[in-house]
Amino acid sequence: MTTTAPNIPATALSNEEILRYSRHLIMPEVGMEGQQKLKAAKVLCIGTGGLGSPLSLYLTAAGVGTLGLVDFDVVDYTNLQRQIIHSTADVGRKKLDSAADKLTAINPFLNIRKFDTRLSSENALEIFRDFDIIADGTDNFPTRYLVNDACVLIGKPNVYGSIFRFEGQASVFATEDGPCYRCLYPEPPPPGLVPSCAEGGVLGILPGLVGVMQATEVIKLILGAGEPLIGRLLLIDALGMKFRELKLRKSPDCPVCGTNPTVKELIDYNEFCGVRGEEAPVATDVPAITVEQLKQQLDSKKDLFILDVREPHEYQICNLNGYLIPLGDLPKRVHELDSSRDIVAHCRSGVRSGKAVTFLRQAGFKKVHNLTGGILAWADKIDPKMPKY
Amino acid sequence: MKIHIPTPLRQYAEKKAALDVSGKTIAEGLRNLTVQHPDLKKHLFTDEGKLRAFVNVYVNDEDIRYLKNVETAVKDGDDVSIVPSIAGGSCADGGTRSLRSRKTQKLL
Repeated sequence: MTTTAPNIPATALSNEEILRYSRHLIMPEVGMEGQQKLKAAKVLCIGTGGLGSPLSLYLTAAGVGTLGLVDFDVVDYTNLQRQIIHSTADVGRKKLDSAADKLTAINPFLNIRKFDTRLSSENALEIFRDFDIIADGTDNFPTRYLVNDACVLIGKPNVYGSIFRFEGQASVFATEDGPCYRCLYPEPPPPGLVPSCAEGGVLGILPGLVGVMQATEVIKLILGAGEPLIGRLLLIDALGMKFRELKLRKSPDCPVCGTNPTVKELIDYNEFCGVRGEEAPVATDVPAITVEQLKQQLDSKKDLFILDVREPHEYQICNLNGYLIPLGDLPKRVHELDSSRDIVAHCRSGVRSGKAVTFLRQAGFKKVHNLTGGILAWADKIDPKMPKY
Repeated sequence: MKIHIPTPLRQYAEKKAALDVSGKTIAEGLRNLTVQHPDLKKHLFTDEGKLRAFVNVYVNDEDIRYLKNVETAVKDGDDVSIVPSIAGGSCADGGTRSLRSRKTQKLL
């Protein structure tokens, strides 16, 4: 059902292309035959964000003939620290349009296919059908499992990269004899248990490092050269600049590529990953206060204790003069708080402080409220001069 | 054995990248680890005490699922890695975010 290396026919090169790719053509590992394979290849990049930027830029420069891009998002300022395909002037534009402009400028021979849509169980197989290799540059578990299962079902290799803070993972999944993502991780973590990237942040160069590794693997698969990362998980630690390699095996019990698969068509990946409804998993059942109410109470000099549960480096960006106890330290520093006072807990957006309020209520604090929307809401609605992050 | 702690879990292990723990098997090592750092427990084990499905453990470069699982014997000098799944790609937003609720979760 799956193929190890896609069988791509060669396509002739023009004189202009021969000049452009001359540094490839003089390498025996690529040569005319390899360059023609690159030109005939059709690669789909899911996402044009942190991983998708270097991935699509290098594949385009290298001479991949057809590149499909799937994205529905719009460029914002916080993307620019790492999503190098987009520039400041692109803020507010569709990422697809911004990316397509850059790629065409690099290589006018590129045939771009834009999919202005959110990848879903309904459209994935249809989109994947026309491509040889799928490169997964997405940023959430439901889409990761969707991409993997679709690749296994339709028999296309899944070139995988993933990042968190300063740590990355890369591998090649869903080839004929190799393992798939589900052989590695049969189940996703429940929502909320693993901290999100927005909570954790990400080193801007890291998607560059990992995305270039994905591009390398895509090119190797097309050329049929070298040793692809099949059956190997590469762990990248950018801070220690250490690379480790772990063995991956195709699991006979794998629900999608095992000997008796239970997943034979695409499923509801939100449900599978425990993500339900439209709302983020924000603690909504804790007593809350709005930024307008807080402003009013502060103006009327009501005795309030503002508890900031963010990290010290976040406090340095902006603060409400609150008393700082990072959420993780709250259990051992709870004695620093006075349960007789009115406490308003806040963080960046209200998620961590929601957990803090739940914890404090369980610890016997009765007059504690969560600031809805966190300091971001304060910056939006009360103090427009406050920086947002 | 030296247990490598992955970035997402370091906040529950005093921000350390690796810890030396004693034990003759993976089970003993992980038990000692969670005794030293109790906050790690719910991230590594289910309520029934089983290793969570999204947490893989390796001895050197081998997955313990293909050895003797948590009963795999460990020698001095072995490197034990805890490798949880991470989902980030552009990391504009939550790792567990839904396919549907991009706008809401972006604020996380």
